[in-house]
Amino acid sequence: MNPILMTKSLSKTYHPNGAAVRALREVDLALAPGEFVTVMGPSGCGKSTLLHLSGGLDRPTSGEVYLNGARVDTLSEAGWAVLRRRQVGFVFQFFNLIGNLTVADNVELPALLAGASSNEARRRRQALLADLSITDKADIVPSQLSGGEQQRVALARALINQPAVLLADEPTGNLDSQSSAEVLALLQRMNVQGQAILLVTHDARVASVANRVIYMRDGQVKDEIRIEKGRDPQAVLASIVQLEV
Amino acid sequence: MRYAFLALLARQPAHGYELKQALENAFGPLWPPLNAGQIYTTLARLERDGLVQSHDVPQAGRPGKRVYELTPQGRQALQVWVAESTTGPRLKDEFFMKVILARLSGVAQPPALIERQRREYLQSLRDLDNLAASLPPDGDPAAALFIEGAILRLQADLKWLDLCEDRLIANR
Repeated sequence: MNPILMTKSLSKTYHPNGAAVRALREVDLALAPGEFVTVMGPSGCGKSTLLHLSGGLDRPTSGEVYLNGARVDTLSEAGWAVLRRRQVGFVFQFFNLIGNLTVADNVELPALLAGASSNEARRRRQALLADLSITDKADIVPSQLSGGEQQRVALARALINQPAVLLADEPTGNLDSQSSAEVLALLQRMNVQGQAILLVTHDARVASVANRVIYMRDGQVKDEIRIEKGRDPQAVLASIVQLEV
Repeated sequence: MRYAFLALLARQPAHGYELKQALENAFGPLWPPLNAGQIYTTLARLERDGLVQSHDVPQAGRPGKRVYELTPQGRQALQVWVAESTTGPRLKDEFFMKVILARLSGVAQPPALIERQRREYLQSLRDLDNLAASLPPDGDPAAALFIEGAILRLQADLKWLDLCEDRLIANR
């Protein structure tokens, strides 16, 4: 199957104080349709840079990015703006909702910008808010919501144009453990429904929800780990901690 | 198991099967499966040591059942045990030995060991996350807390692997 998102030899070098910092070094990544991949590594390993370059939020120093088979790293800013609206959904650590718009308007805005009719935008928004269990929050502003609820709104906004890929940058980084578990469960459910997801995190527990974990260090991919579903969790538990009985 | 039984009997007298059920309720999947033999052997030893006493309660149409209760010595033994600070080894880590000895002897390369162990820990995290999610949300918090403890230890182990890479592997 052709990848929905692919990078070839992707590199990024910054020059913060004159000296070159190689944030990303020749990274090859391929995300298959319907796949859930997490990128994990300590801070400064290049994982966020990889996500930003993949979504056109920043430009590579060298290398290529393909979305749905089409090369996109060469696009103009205007070209990227169109593509981001239709093909890429973003979720960030800080929810980046518009404070003086209601939840409903926040979620519908990208659909309207992408050319959907107001009826169509409303229909999709209602379906998504119901799916994320926040229908009753439609008419209030984000500041009246908990962090977990705000991230659900951000998720609805990211998904309203049915993007080919959802890019998530530390989406649980600002949430308590309960909300974090809920948001991760929602992402897993979206993935089961077919949504391709690329998520970056420094948190191994978050990373382990994916089918495949990419481990990065020093701007390079060091390992790829397939996560299986079928082990006996009680045996694992007993291998880590035992009650003194 | 001795102190678990003393603690359960400190609430009220009980027979062996009730103790088994109470342990399963309190610890869920954490407690290893118990058989009747282990239970009655433990109770017999506690009785021999004067920490519990028992008497038969006749039942209509069935064999009587033996009900156990705590003695004053048993209550005191329990209180002493609970009040003691808990020392002793918290971690038994064979992997640590492997990394150090592999490096010392040259029989294996630490980077390969570390990579394999990171895979193992990540898979374990996923497995424990599944186990935590499978617990009833309104159940006793003991099992969930135990699993969270194991997850925190795994996260620390993963950070420690990063440290090993930083400090043991040259030319990173």
